[in-house]
Amino acid sequence: MATATIGEPTRRDFLFLTTGAVGAVAVGSAVWPLINQMNPDASTLAAATTEIDVGNIAEGQIVTIKWRGKPVFVRHRTKKEIEDARAVPLSELRDPATDQSRAEKPEWLVVIGICTHLGCVPIGHEGPYEGWFCPCHGSVYDTSGRIRQGPAPYNLALPPYKFAGDTKITIG
Amino acid sequence: MSGPSTYVPKSGLARWFESRLPLLGLIHSSFIVFPNPRNLNYWWTFGGILAFMLVAQIATGVVLVMHYTPETTLAFSSVEHIMRDVNYGWLLRYAHANGASMFFIAVYIHMFRGLYYGSYKAPREVLWILGVIIYLLMMATGFMGYVLPWGQMSFWGATVITSLFSAIPFVGDSITTWLWGGYAVDNPTLNRFFSLHYLLPFMIAGVVVLHIWALHVPGSNNPAGIEKQTEKDTLPFHPYFTVKDGFALVCFLIFYSWFVFYVPNYLGHADNYIEANPLQTPAHIVPEWYYLPFYAILRSIPSKLGGVVAMFGAIAIFAFLPWLDTSKVKSAAYRPVYRFFFWVFVACALLLGYIGAQPPEGGYVLAGRLLTAYYFIHFLVILPLIGLFETPRTLPASISDAVLGSHLSPGAVAAQVSRKG
Repeated sequence: MATATIGEPTRRDFLFLTTGAVGAVAVGSAVWPLINQMNPDASTLAAATTEIDVGNIAEGQIVTIKWRGKPVFVRHRTKKEIEDARAVPLSELRDPATDQSRAEKPEWLVVIGICTHLGCVPIGHEGPYEGWFCPCHGSVYDTSGRIRQGPAPYNLALPPYKFAGDTKITIG
Repeated sequence: MSGPSTYVPKSGLARWFESRLPLLGLIHSSFIVFPNPRNLNYWWTFGGILAFMLVAQIATGVVLVMHYTPETTLAFSSVEHIMRDVNYGWLLRYAHANGASMFFIAVYIHMFRGLYYGSYKAPREVLWILGVIIYLLMMATGFMGYVLPWGQMSFWGATVITSLFSAIPFVGDSITTWLWGGYAVDNPTLNRFFSLHYLLPFMIAGVVVLHIWALHVPGSNNPAGIEKQTEKDTLPFHPYFTVKDGFALVCFLIFYSWFVFYVPNYLGHADNYIEANPLQTPAHIVPEWYYLPFYAILRSIPSKLGGVVAMFGAIAIFAFLPWLDTSKVKSAAYRPVYRFFFWVFVACALLLGYIGAQPPEGGYVLAGRLLTAYYFIHFLVILPLIGLFETPRTLPASISDAVLGSHLSPGAVAAQVSRKG
């Protein structure tokens, strides 16, 4: 009776390998729901977009709304605020960005109201540029929400948004 | 656990760790080389299945708690939130609810295996009693877990069971008020049941450790009910019983999955999809199926206190089994009279379960009383008497004889070979 040489896979090897492979797939598919359940659920994802009617916001006014649990500043900018923002040379900026890239329609600035330093909510119409001033550690933002002075490293973040008609903005 | 380990790890790192905490050696001696009787049948796979189910219930339970709110006005809708919004929430909820039923199916099979093969007899009495303790903890855990969704059955089942304690003379009402945290089942009750439902499974895990430790002193019983004598009677746990237990587990999981994916509400009660209403009791209150026999016993005794005593007594009596059964022979395979009464007891238990689900009216009442009486007669009269009067069949000489037949056991084969030689 010929004996199998070492290296020739036996029926047992095949069975071990396939059982192991199928077992790994089974364990993986059993474990995945236990991990994925911690991802945002359907109700959280539904709250991921917020609509806001901007028709009632006066020129010069800043409105704070909640989006995904965070404050968002919607600022109806005056002509002067827009001009001031556009006149700034990029070389002066810590986090260079043109005002045009930050406001699709120049009279509406929509930024996330969280200081990029350590997370406090800055105060509007304050600071040397009349943009925002963060009272926690003194960061100063201009009328485009860009960092100008103080310890914050980045400009106020931009949420994804689009205009649905002239007086409605959908954020997220 | 008897004597120092003979395990020597292969790698240097493992040897370093082993000399400081001999965990690998413990796992090796308990679950790899541990000798098990070679004649074990598939009724012995349910211990492993139960260990798996405990882990599964804890895992699904912990993740469910990430989304559940234990407050009377929020609990029911938080469970619906899990079912509808949470990723795979429906799967986790159905796995946990049906997992509880599977846990009890497995524990009843495991217990009845013990009853049939005499696994509760010396020297395994403590092992058996630890099992009774685990069973009691499981019943408490299951009861409190069922309250959490705060449906009609949750609330009224909680009311009925906690009210049982008011039957205790003198201190009954105080104890019931203390349990409730108020004058009826309400938010304080829900909150504390949530806390205890999370706690108890870890206590079960602790008692399971003791249960396995107690088992590993004499080793497993076996279908022949005779203790192992030589190495020839046993096989190492790995690979023989790891693979056998693994296969049995897969079959069990297929059965479990049938419920989870095709009939997830079959074992439940439709009334529990109605939010709890303290001002209106459902027409028929029933506990979950795994409590039905004891519910039938409770209702069979006309006295309030008597019913409570009988119900708890029906569970507690299991702890006395090693001393109630007077036979020295363990396995029903060699006890023809006991075997008959074993199956009668199985029928009695199943019928009591059926009675528990029916309204306590008409013929069901008498049937319940007769079956309750028989239940206690089985333990207190029949078992002691059988042991004294039964003539058991001849036991095999050893486990290997039982498996191979005495003319084929290793000693006999060697003798035959040398004769032909």
